[in-house]
Amino acid sequence: MNLTKNQNLRRYLWPCAGLLVLLIINAIISPEFFQIEFKDGRFYGSLIDVLNRAAPVALLAIGMALVIATGGVDLSVGSIMAIAGAASAYYITKGVDNLAIIIGAGLVAGLIAGIINGFLVGYMSIQPIVATLILMVAGRGIAQLMNEGQIVTFDHAGFAFLGTGDFLGLPFPVVLVIITFIIVQLLTRRTALGLYIEAVGANPSASHYMGLNAKAIKMSVYCVAGLCAALAGMIAAADIKGSDANNAGLWLELDAILAVVIGGASLMGGRFSIFLAVIGALIIQTLTVTIILSGIPPKFNLLIKASAIIIVLLMQSPRFQQQLSQLNFWAKKKESNRA
Amino acid sequence: MLKLNPKFIPLAVTCALFFVLFGVGAIQFDGFGSSRVFFNLLSDNAFLIIAAVGMTFVILSGGIDLSVGAVIALTGVVCSVLISKYQWHPLVVFPVVLIGGTAFGAIMGAIIHYYKMQPFIVTLAGMFFARGLASVISEESIPIEHEFYNQVAEFGFMLPGDAWIGTSTIICLLVLFAAIIVAHYTRFGGRVYAIGGDANSAALMGIPLAQTTIRIYAISAFLATLAGIVYSFYTFSGYSLAAVGVELDAIAAVVIGGTLLTGGYGYMFGTLMGVLIMGVVQTYISFDGTLSSWWTKIVIGLLLFCFIALQQLLVRGKPR
Repeated sequence: MNLTKNQNLRRYLWPCAGLLVLLIINAIISPEFFQIEFKDGRFYGSLIDVLNRAAPVALLAIGMALVIATGGVDLSVGSIMAIAGAASAYYITKGVDNLAIIIGAGLVAGLIAGIINGFLVGYMSIQPIVATLILMVAGRGIAQLMNEGQIVTFDHAGFAFLGTGDFLGLPFPVVLVIITFIIVQLLTRRTALGLYIEAVGANPSASHYMGLNAKAIKMSVYCVAGLCAALAGMIAAADIKGSDANNAGLWLELDAILAVVIGGASLMGGRFSIFLAVIGALIIQTLTVTIILSGIPPKFNLLIKASAIIIVLLMQSPRFQQQLSQLNFWAKKKESNRA
Repeated sequence: MLKLNPKFIPLAVTCALFFVLFGVGAIQFDGFGSSRVFFNLLSDNAFLIIAAVGMTFVILSGGIDLSVGAVIALTGVVCSVLISKYQWHPLVVFPVVLIGGTAFGAIMGAIIHYYKMQPFIVTLAGMFFARGLASVISEESIPIEHEFYNQVAEFGFMLPGDAWIGTSTIICLLVLFAAIIVAHYTRFGGRVYAIGGDANSAALMGIPLAQTTIRIYAISAFLATLAGIVYSFYTFSGYSLAAVGVELDAIAAVVIGGTLLTGGYGYMFGTLMGVLIMGVVQTYISFDGTLSSWWTKIVIGLLLFCFIALQQLLVRGKPR
């Protein structure tokens, strides 16, 4: 019992420690990093900026964490962002003023995309990478079709609030992340859904014999991922007051997967933590800021990110851990021999 | 009645689809059904065919390689820097980048095998790495100015019907020919299929997993590098943001070509047809003029779905 508790703690320790180290480095490089001002009923500062910028990836990571926990992956979230943004923009430019319809359109678009993914993965048992690849390729085409090939710009104060507004002094995207986090956390930890998801990911055949409906569970996680992506897409669209089918959410699926992996989740499925996925998203954004602050040209961004993924993956690999501990063992043996 | 061996069904469907699409285009538009349009398909998509051939090896073994597009871009950037800035001769540059690219693939293969990581995430990191390295070397597009490149562009010969066979077409056909022989008639090819069918059984059969996995990813990266060189023949430049998403096109081509994504089943020739089908769709849309280019993406997505559904039916139909 003591051991499992210890393991659980260690799981949370590494990503949080990583974030802390990055924050401290930022504070050393630029002392004003932690300064937060309160102006016009809203907080301002680098820290708030990091939270705000990380919001779309954090939303995607929440959905992605559930998908990865079932042993899948959703490559289409970037395209779903584009579709949702285009759907909302479509209704705004059509002269619809009702915010519920505009936001509803985006969410429904995300839900439909999630149902398609869930159907392909759950009911047709197609490999997740491939099943979601279909929508990744076709999704941007669909979004462009909605926009009629243009970058649609719009002016709608209520919708723009999603991206640029503030609530209780915090930027509204951050508030949305917090709300989504709480809802999904309650859904997965206060009901049995979370356990089911982990069971399906950890051992599909065992969970099948237990009588779990893996198809429905997979369907539900892809739907959640679709909804989260739709929310992120609307934030992105509201932020630039326009829908750009080509560039909205481009490559963000990779960032989302990366955030979940940094959060310590195994791509093979099984145990998941939404909290750690959000921490992972914050780490990615903080790392970007660290690179900028430290005066390294931004072109090194990708290279550093790639190295970070490889190191995190290696740390997770049992074989690498074994090799490390062997190194330790040899070092200790040498020391004791000398003594 | 001619009875078709069931293992050729996906390949037959792919070939039939190509001829139907090409036929529809030929009936509808003047000049579509010419050998010129057909050979343009080959020369326009030569780099994609080369990359997709490498991807076929990887997918046959049950893996996936997402780094292809990034390797193409990195190759272009390295070539252009070495040729334009350091005045190396292209014939010296090409072996150097090919060796470098192959080593890059071998390292990815080694990480995948020895640390038991998913190919998907390792090659994703590889993709970030290659793009990152390319943008560190140069963020701007670098033009390549060398007499050799002009000669390459001029080299080739005419076929009847105004069809031009250039250097890239020749290279891509040679690669395809070699790949068909390696995949279907050598011991290594058999091992690739065996691993894709069932890695555990393959290991029990005594197939050297480590060596084969590393070679598969090395071949894929080698061909991606070669594709990068061919790509630079079109563009006469190297740019770190070039060839974005080519890995997805290559995967789509392999799937449309009838190769099973779970590995162990498929033909090199199908991959060629897969690329050509995607090319025909693009040509059709550009001939039509009223359809916008984003239809290409939707049609390719639909084709992907149909072929995956077909595969699923075939796999389920088989007694297991």
